[in-house]
Amino acid sequence: MMAAREITYAQALNEALREEMRRDERVFLMGEDIGIIGGVFKVTQGLYEEFGPERVRDTPISETAIVGAAIGAAIAGMRPVAEIMYMDFLMCAGDQLINHLPKIRFMTGGKLKVPAVIRTQYGLYRYAAAQHSQFYPAFLMNIPGFYIEVPSTPYDAKGLLKSAIRDENPDIFIECAALYRIKGPVPEDEYLIPLGQADIKREGNDVTVFALSYMVHVALSAAKKLEAEGISVEVVDPRTLNPFDKRTLIESVKKTGRLVIIEPDHKTAGVGAEVAAIVAEEAYEYLNAPVIRLAAEDIPPPFSPKAYNAFLPNEEKLINAIKKVMKYKR
Amino acid sequence: MGLNMSSSISEISKEVLLDMYYKMILIRRFEEKVVELYRAGEIPGIAHGYIGEEAVAVGVCSALRKDDYILSTHRGHGHSLAKGIHPRYLMAELFGRKTGVCKGIGGSMHSTEPEVGVIFSSAIVGGNIPIAVGVALAMKMQRRDNVVVSFFGDGATNTGAFHEALNLASIWKLPVIFVCENNFYAISTHVSRSVAAKEIADRAVAYNIPGKVVDGNDVIEVYKTTLEAVERARRGEGPTLIEARTYRWLDHGMYYLGPYRPKEEVEAWKQRCPIKRLKDLLLSKGIVAEDVLVNIERRVEEEIEDAVKFARESEEPDLDFVKQFVYVR
Repeated sequence: MMAAREITYAQALNEALREEMRRDERVFLMGEDIGIIGGVFKVTQGLYEEFGPERVRDTPISETAIVGAAIGAAIAGMRPVAEIMYMDFLMCAGDQLINHLPKIRFMTGGKLKVPAVIRTQYGLYRYAAAQHSQFYPAFLMNIPGFYIEVPSTPYDAKGLLKSAIRDENPDIFIECAALYRIKGPVPEDEYLIPLGQADIKREGNDVTVFALSYMVHVALSAAKKLEAEGISVEVVDPRTLNPFDKRTLIESVKKTGRLVIIEPDHKTAGVGAEVAAIVAEEAYEYLNAPVIRLAAEDIPPPFSPKAYNAFLPNEEKLINAIKKVMKYKR
Repeated sequence: MGLNMSSSISEISKEVLLDMYYKMILIRRFEEKVVELYRAGEIPGIAHGYIGEEAVAVGVCSALRKDDYILSTHRGHGHSLAKGIHPRYLMAELFGRKTGVCKGIGGSMHSTEPEVGVIFSSAIVGGNIPIAVGVALAMKMQRRDNVVVSFFGDGATNTGAFHEALNLASIWKLPVIFVCENNFYAISTHVSRSVAAKEIADRAVAYNIPGKVVDGNDVIEVYKTTLEAVERARRGEGPTLIEARTYRWLDHGMYYLGPYRPKEEVEAWKQRCPIKRLKDLLLSKGIVAEDVLVNIERRVEEEIEDAVKFARESEEPDLDFVKQFVYVR
């Protein structure tokens, strides 16, 4: 078998959009600056040229209207993929996003479905201060009614986006700006990734690292270094937060007996809090050490690169945490 | 305000006029029954009455085809009945029963029956307006000639959603009609204290679309103005904003909230009852004999009794039942 070619995360997303638009004429895109310039992060580059202004729609700066119109088009038989440029701007559409998107199917007794995808990205390591750096997936995870994807690799980005577009439920698809230019293997042939299936990015026996989005790469790098010291690290990437694959997490913790969580969102009531609670409820007796959570500090993201870098968890903190759980004695 | 009711009625068929009368009576009696059952504790939750505003829903929906769409609001019973939802299913929904229009999961404020064109109802003020724009976008992209109506109140025109949605609908020339039911009060706050524009219809100017003021208690005028907007939308010329001035006889919800409206004002509006106006017109023009209208009223009484009986006898959904409607699996 030939080795898969390598493309960037942004290219993988672009391919997913292009393939789904070719496959299904109900699929269309709308968002700020996604057409003529192909998006400020270039994810939609070339799509305006191929599909034209009717299916690749530049919109006014009207997040409420973007998400609302995506909902309306979806309930009337289209497959909109709306882009919200920064995750920070999602809340400009808060009413449509929280009160409408995840509620409509339920409130109508299943009469409507809302197969809309809302794509957005969080500005990790962009040093763009507190209104262009936020990542609050746990808040969304606390709202039943839409699916949430958090791909960490080009392969996952493409497969998950294609599945999200085809899925009949609404999706919040959260990309990471710091990942757009990373490369990874992506097959030429079409594939889909089922929603709700975590991925073990690296197998290990001593400690489970639950790593979210960008932090998967930090965890993999730490795992490689610790291997030389004789510590075998398993890296679990949830890939989707809703549906959440509890089983893969629990099975991993049952095997390793130790859990360290690394996430680029805030610590208090973050994704890691939920993960730790699930493990406490369902695998407590398997734990050989307390769970450690490494997350962004509970302050808004600062601008100063020095302060910002310290505000996030990193490889050094992760290695220390892993060593700490390895040394723990009851 | 615009058209002269008596001069323009001759162009409307007797069938349409009688259907308007039937729908207005149906809404009035339905809402009277809702108030009664709510006070008796049979209808739970919250509900907002449409009494006094019947001519808006009926005038607008009479100008639509069955396959045209409306999006309704928290004060939506009138829209649902005017567009053709059967009173049985609406009443059962208010009772929270499985046979209801949303299987008892939505309640009073979320009526949805796409088969008759009620595509969604939102209880967030201004919330349905961007969604209506999206439905209209789908119609345009699917090369269908259906039009979409978004109903909302005066209060909604102060939300950002209204302004974003009108702007987008105008630049994309979408087949949507924005119908503002101006009943002058957002709960207790009068438009004079909340709307900076001289007239709500003037807000259309900012979006380069027609803005029309109509007497919302004159079903004929509402109907004719809507027809013009519908024709414009079907021709691909884009949206219209219609401001229908009307009045709610009841309070915001089912409770008395305080003396924010002068008694004389409420009484004066009751004198302008939209149903009585249509009835007087039909009789004075000799379009129908009184017994025809009496028969319609009798038929409506029976339908309401039947709807209540149907609702009472229907089963309530349990937690396991409702859980299956969160996701498509």
